Amino acid sequence: MSDAIIHEVTQSEYKYGFTTDIETEVIPVGINEEVVRIISAKKNEPEWMLEFRLKAFRHWQTLKMPTWANLTIPEIDYQSISYFAAPRKNAPKSLDEVDPELLKTFDRLGIPLEEQKALSGIAVDAVMDSVSVKTTFKETLAEMGIIFCSFSEAVEHHPDLVQKYMASVVPYTDNFFAALNSAVFSDGSFVYIPKGVRCPMELSTYFRINAVNTGQFERTLIVADDDSYVSYLEGCTAPQRDENQLHAAIVEIIAMKNAQVKYSTVQNWYPGDKNGKGGIYNFVTKRGICKGDGSHISWTQVETGSAITWKYPSCVLQGDNSSAEFYSVAVTNNHQQADTGTKMIHLGKNTSSHILSKGISAGVSHNSYRGLVRVGAKAENARNFSQCDSLLLGDKCGAHTFPYMEVNNETAVVEHEATTSKISEDQIFYCNQRGISTEDAVGLIVNGYAKEVVDKLPMEFAVEAQKLLQITLEGSVG
Amino acid sequence: MLVIKNLHANIDGKEILKGLSLTINKGEIHAIMGPNGSGKSTLSSVITGHPAFEVTHGTIEFNGTDLLELAPEERANEGIFLSFQYPVEIPGVSMVNFMRSAINEQRKYRNEPAISATDFLRLMREKKELVEMDSKLTNRAVNEGFSGGEKKKNEIFQMAMLEPKLAILDETDSGLDIDALRIVANGVNKLKSPENATVVITHYQRLLDYITPDFVHVLYDGKIVKSGGKELALELEARGYDWIKQEVEA
Ligand SMILES: Nc1ncnc2c1ncn2[C@@H]1O[C@H](COP(=O)(O)OP(=O)(O)OP(=O)(O)O)[C@@H](O)[C@H]1O
Ligand SMILES: [Mg+2]
Repeated sequence: MSDAIIHEVTQSEYKYGFTTDIETEVIPVGINEEVVRIISAKKNEPEWMLEFRLKAFRHWQTLKMPTWANLTIPEIDYQSISYFAAPRKNAPKSLDEVDPELLKTFDRLGIPLEEQKALSGIAVDAVMDSVSVKTTFKETLAEMGIIFCSFSEAVEHHPDLVQKYMASVVPYTDNFFAALNSAVFSDGSFVYIPKGVRCPMELSTYFRINAVNTGQFERTLIVADDDSYVSYLEGCTAPQRDENQLHAAIVEIIAMKNAQVKYSTVQNWYPGDKNGKGGIYNFVTKRGICKGDGSHISWTQVETGSAITWKYPSCVLQGDNSSAEFYSVAVTNNHQQADTGTKMIHLGKNTSSHILSKGISAGVSHNSYRGLVRVGAKAENARNFSQCDSLLLGDKCGAHTFPYMEVNNETAVVEHEATTSKISEDQIFYCNQRGISTEDAVGLIVNGYAKEVVDKLPMEFAVEAQKLLQITLEGSVG
Repeated sequence: MLVIKNLHANIDGKEILKGLSLTINKGEIHAIMGPNGSGKSTLSSVITGHPAFEVTHGTIEFNGTDLLELAPEERANEGIFLSFQYPVEIPGVSMVNFMRSAINEQRKYRNEPAISATDFLRLMREKKELVEMDSKLTNRAVNEGFSGGEKKKNEIFQMAMLEPKLAILDETDSGLDIDALRIVANGVNKLKSPENATVVITHYQRLLDYITPDFVHVLYDGKIVKSGGKELALELEARGYDWIKQEVEA
């Protein structure tokens, strides 16, 4: 692809600009029933929503933070965190006040000025033509009966759908962070695709317009009814900073009969500085259920950010002949730690799943893949193929693979392959000798390694993700 | 073009090059021969800037520039090309991407705009024909799973793409079958011009039947101990290196 195409592709998404509204209300730090009630009241939620939050909160109080991951997590004081859309303290007033390093990265990713401001937390008022673009999207979607709105709007306008599906895939009892999110979640997105409808656009385009301030406890619910299709993209290649260190999101996907859902993430939360200071802790519960026969869910993720990542996009294959895919690239550099992977739970007959995980570790980082493939007793002819590759840059980093298999039906075929490779000095020198700098050589090799996964992303994000991989690993070899 | 004076170089603290001097002018072809382990590949590595080697004494000038001050990629972009004795595999990086990056880096270095997709594809086609390189190979990852001979051919293909001022061919002939040897040698000859120079490192007179050297040097124990015309290669082929060793030690 020529540079002109790359330029066009990476720029075109941004021309719509952003709207950002910075909350001004603050509630005191700490968490108790009163705080949960205040959050719910501020959002004008109905009684059932408050009840759900309170049940989740009471359950959370009985839990302890999990310790099984291969992570060293500093003690988190949950009483020192503000649980309601805290405004950014000392928000910069212009780009002059923003860390020049960050601006350099924005430039290299090709992010235009207006968006740079939004991402740095500068209040952007009159933003180009975002309003009209949004309206056009909304109209097109509405004509097809597609619901795509914030979670709060969904609670208000589509309470029956929310009540029917919320927490049906990730109950608040699921884990510590899911319980916490269920008690205090800020906002997020809701998607409903009616029967037989093929969503005509990547929901990414629209989403990015709103994605800047998603809050630290985000909640997403995607429901694809019978014979429908949707491709949804969350996240952003631009480095995102946030005053809030702890992020605990929930994503639930429900695919009904013959429905297909493609969910992609590019995530680049601030990983902390070279010494590991600062940086976001990202504890996410993402799960989809192939509820109907013949349904399909695919997860694609490119993870380069966060100081600590704890994330296992998973799938329950309940419907007969349903299938699921998990494609992941997780990069860790400097002091980053990632424990990520997937779970594929085969319950229906003739179900199949495919896992492709590519870990890249540099610096003194640790990158773990943790995968569970479970085949239930009734899951006749289940198939799974898992491929877990690790690429090491330098010799101070670590890659770990923890595959778990529980097979309870003897007709199942479950295969696992793992490889570890290293970028060698001779490979770099070979590229150097052809005129390619070490940085670019690492970029070429890493992107070659990650290609199979990156290719699964929607086109415009694939190009950005490639640049992102290279920038993330800068200075890690040679 | 290339002036090496009293070059000493170490690897892991062990001295391999021990006062080597060599001058190459444009338009010339130099053959370097010498026993195994005498330092021929080390010389190529030092000229191209491999980080494992440390230069302790001496100078290398390339068209008036102090080469030792330049990073390996800068030396490459100045027009120095090495056909590796053992080309490296780079899994996942397609030949097309690799070559386009290399060409564009070179153009950037010369303040030229990036090559257009059409021009690039035309160049690829033209150079593939020159070295009779199979498209199946250029559609694969760099050297991945290539046979020994295919790797060598791929080096010459890359040389043809990059059109260097100084090409160093480190045992490009070893591993090539009889036809491939002829094709590769023809390729080298076609790329030859009064403006560029070639260093051919080889053990065999056979290659020199195709590529006629202006000078033949014998590298022994980290130094050039004997230089002559193309007849020196014939003499070495006939007599081996013992007489050289005796001359040196005498
Ligand atoms: N990493 C290293 N540590 C110690 N010695 C080394 C190292 N690398 C190379 N050498 C030594 O340097 C010497 C010169 O090696 P070089 O590869 O330059 O020889 P050569 O003339 O190219 O030989 P050949 O004809 O076999 O290709 C050899 O004795 C080799 O063992
Ligand atoms: Mg050698």
